[in-house]
Amino acid sequence: MPTRTGATRTGSSNLAVIDQVHGLRRVGRYSILILMAAIVLFPIYVMVVGAFKPANKLLVDPLLPTNLIFSNFGDAWRFGHLGRALWNSLVVSVLITVAQVVTSVLAAYAFVFLRFPLKSLAFGLFLGTLLVPLEATMTVNRRTMENLDWINSYKGLTVPFLATAFGIFLIRQVFLQIPKEMREAAQMDGLGHFGFMREVAVPLSRPTIGALALFAFLSSWNQYLWPVLITTDEKYNTVQTGLKALKQGGFSQPNVLIAGTIIIALPIFIVLISFQRQLVRGLTAGAVKG
Amino acid sequence: MAQVRLQNITKQFDGVTAVENIDLDIADREFMILLGPSGCGKSTLLRMIAGLENPTEGEVWIGDVLVNDILPKQRDVAMVFQSYALYPHKTVQANIEFPLKVRKVDKAERAEAALAAADALGLREYMGRKPGQLSGGQRQRVALARAIVRKPAVFCMDEPLSNLDAKLRGETRAELIALHQRLASTFIYVTHDQVEAMTMGSRIAVMSRGHIEQVGTPNEVYAKPASVFVAQFVGMPPMNILPAGTLEEGAHLVGVRPEHLRIGSGPLSMTITLVEQLGHEMLITGTIADQRIVVRTASDVVPPSVGDVVSVDADLSARHRFDPVTEKRIDTP
Amino acid sequence: MTEALTPLPTVIPGLDRKTARRRRKSDRGKYRLADSGLALLMLGPSIVILGAFVIYPLIKAVFLGAQRCSVQGCRDTGFNQYVDAFRSTQFQNALLVTAKYALITVPIGLVLGVALAVLADKYMRGVGFFRTVFSSTIATSVAVASVIWFFLLNKDVGVIASWLGGTAQTPGYLNDPGTALWAVSASSIWANLGFTFIVVTAGLQSVPKDLYESAYVDGAGGFTRFTNVTLPLISPTLLFTTVVLTTRAFQSFGEIDLLTSGGPRGTTTTLTYLAYGNKMPTSGDDGLRATISILIFLVLVVLALAQFRGLEKRVHYAN
Repeated sequence: MPTRTGATRTGSSNLAVIDQVHGLRRVGRYSILILMAAIVLFPIYVMVVGAFKPANKLLVDPLLPTNLIFSNFGDAWRFGHLGRALWNSLVVSVLITVAQVVTSVLAAYAFVFLRFPLKSLAFGLFLGTLLVPLEATMTVNRRTMENLDWINSYKGLTVPFLATAFGIFLIRQVFLQIPKEMREAAQMDGLGHFGFMREVAVPLSRPTIGALALFAFLSSWNQYLWPVLITTDEKYNTVQTGLKALKQGGFSQPNVLIAGTIIIALPIFIVLISFQRQLVRGLTAGAVKG
Repeated sequence: MAQVRLQNITKQFDGVTAVENIDLDIADREFMILLGPSGCGKSTLLRMIAGLENPTEGEVWIGDVLVNDILPKQRDVAMVFQSYALYPHKTVQANIEFPLKVRKVDKAERAEAALAAADALGLREYMGRKPGQLSGGQRQRVALARAIVRKPAVFCMDEPLSNLDAKLRGETRAELIALHQRLASTFIYVTHDQVEAMTMGSRIAVMSRGHIEQVGTPNEVYAKPASVFVAQFVGMPPMNILPAGTLEEGAHLVGVRPEHLRIGSGPLSMTITLVEQLGHEMLITGTIADQRIVVRTASDVVPPSVGDVVSVDADLSARHRFDPVTEKRIDTP
Repeated sequence: MTEALTPLPTVIPGLDRKTARRRRKSDRGKYRLADSGLALLMLGPSIVILGAFVIYPLIKAVFLGAQRCSVQGCRDTGFNQYVDAFRSTQFQNALLVTAKYALITVPIGLVLGVALAVLADKYMRGVGFFRTVFSSTIATSVAVASVIWFFLLNKDVGVIASWLGGTAQTPGYLNDPGTALWAVSASSIWANLGFTFIVVTAGLQSVPKDLYESAYVDGAGGFTRFTNVTLPLISPTLLFTTVVLTTRAFQSFGEIDLLTSGGPRGTTTTLTYLAYGNKMPTSGDDGLRATISILIFLVLVVLALAQFRGLEKRVHYAN
């Protein structure tokens, strides 16, 4: 007599047997996941709760939303000049992002589709710049900024980062995947290089270009050491240096500090949630293929 | 004893039925082919036998054991995947030994068994290499060696030859047949290639859309197809299906294989559209009553010209009759 | 302005082969040069920026590192300054601190990231939530993460500090020489978890499912499948992650700056903080800063080489 064997594994009949997780193992897995999620979220949770508390009540019921006030955010905004800091960060990051995308696409195109002498040498040189850490160049760059009088300016914050070898390699990888026949077909259609770039190469590479843009935006938004070095006038604080200033000034009011941190962290959080796929793509550009 | 029995097997994925009410008996030591186009459910059936999928309904028996809730490793089956699934970081030897290592067989015994398996497939000199250094055909043999090293009762193979080029495929087919005879185990083999099915199988189960259309020896399936589907899936070029009333009186469909149609005299009138000289034979394509028909003749006949209208006939014994609605075979008593 | 075409095979009827061949050779040179103008235009911005702000500073820094500077200006001291700086107790201490920091944060971070990625890699209900949670720390910058942990560990208002004990008398976790580095490490491991989790999860996707199923049919249990399939096949990802995490550890500045300012008693003074931190021997002296920076560069190069050499033989690239 036929029996309903599906009943022993109800609900998971869509999955291959190897993907099914049952009974004790399922409970075990969920337990660890829940525990770890709680641990990872804990700092964020405490921060959010603390941002609504007055300074003297921070350690009273630290995990519970009691004794709530809402003034911390306004205080943080004002003391830390966060509006200005956000604006500065936005301007700097957008400038750098756009510049890096443009220069990377152009340079990658040249390496892949153009023929010119000394190509390998130039490529090797670009490759070399990837090995150079920021610390090694910062001292001299700062002196350069002093000489150009670009300390405390948007120029100083953006210009050194308008091009990146990482971006060139990333886009180059994608351009290399475009079959030669496409270039030849485009030539037959009368497209020159800029036309080909505009109509074929860039549209085909849009996901990776998006990943680069996200990456550039993220990196420049999160920069710490460089803005610290070349900004002494608080008018030019980015969000990161603004946070530092808030900490140094507002140490006696850690709840204000933490409220300010939330304000600063929120924009990036939103950006990353919106662009998750690009983020993964950019991060794994070097990882998965080795 | 390794006969395999599928009883009333149904499998559904997310409401989509992959296989429905399948009954199949595979005898011990048989070379059973599951043949059909992609999506017909043949791989799903194989995976249920191997234990990689649970049936939604029905029973799987191996030997006289009901194996539905039994893990693959206890079912005494081995599986060869289409992609070979070799461990890229292990040597050929380590790959072959792996099933034994999992069963905690000791090192010396493992090595010996692996060597025997490797020898059976001509892999002795490659033992120290990694899969990345082997050709496609060699990798396929490593996958086979790994399967036989355990000497399982049942071998499941999921389109193992489809990644090989045509010549290699032909050679490997012969090797697989020899292997089957030497090992005397049950082989269950999934393919969409009817040539493989016809040359290798002791029996073929032709499947379509989750159902078995026919189970039989290659000869039976070719000479007495149980449905229009089987008739046109097995045999190349496919059987010609003439609309009702064209060759005979009646509402039924008539099928005639290309080699059984004779050009010369007859009740059918065909307009030639294409003549192909293949060297050993000639294929003549034309239309009969707006239906595309292919005729196979000897190559030393004077070829007709495109546009000619010729008469065509078929012996009574060469006609297959099918119900116009169910498309199932009608056997005149 | 005509744009260069890739040369088409020159088969012009009427021309004999020798002439055609000669013509093709010179054509190649002509076509190569014709692209050069455009190439210069396209590469120009990158060359200028990278040249001015990466290559030039690097070279200049090497020389600057042989000088001492102050408000008045810079004077030469010779290239021995590199050796002296390297041998100095402060540098050696910073090197030790940084190495210790890396040895704490990288292995723990890696194990944690891999464990969570593997756990969250099954089709279970709600697994998407967990993935988002574990990835979330990537949204924090160094500054944000450091301030959060400052808030948690601060002896006056820190929640974790109060739970783990300690009264107003004890220095607090950030100020106790025995615990300060561990405290900073905790913040770093937490902050980097998102990155590690995302990268390893992506790496897990590239492992062919067939391999797992083949091992399963052969009788391998979960742990055996992990060691024989998962680990070897994500080894390129693991190498990448290790290199990135180690490099980050050796470049750490922000977390030190915001949590401990290099103290207490130099127990958290990492190399980069030594070069650019407050109240460090290098403050105000660009020459010395350059010296330390170049030394850091060398350390990073050696480190990268060591990692690739040492680990690459255990990395299996599936061909």
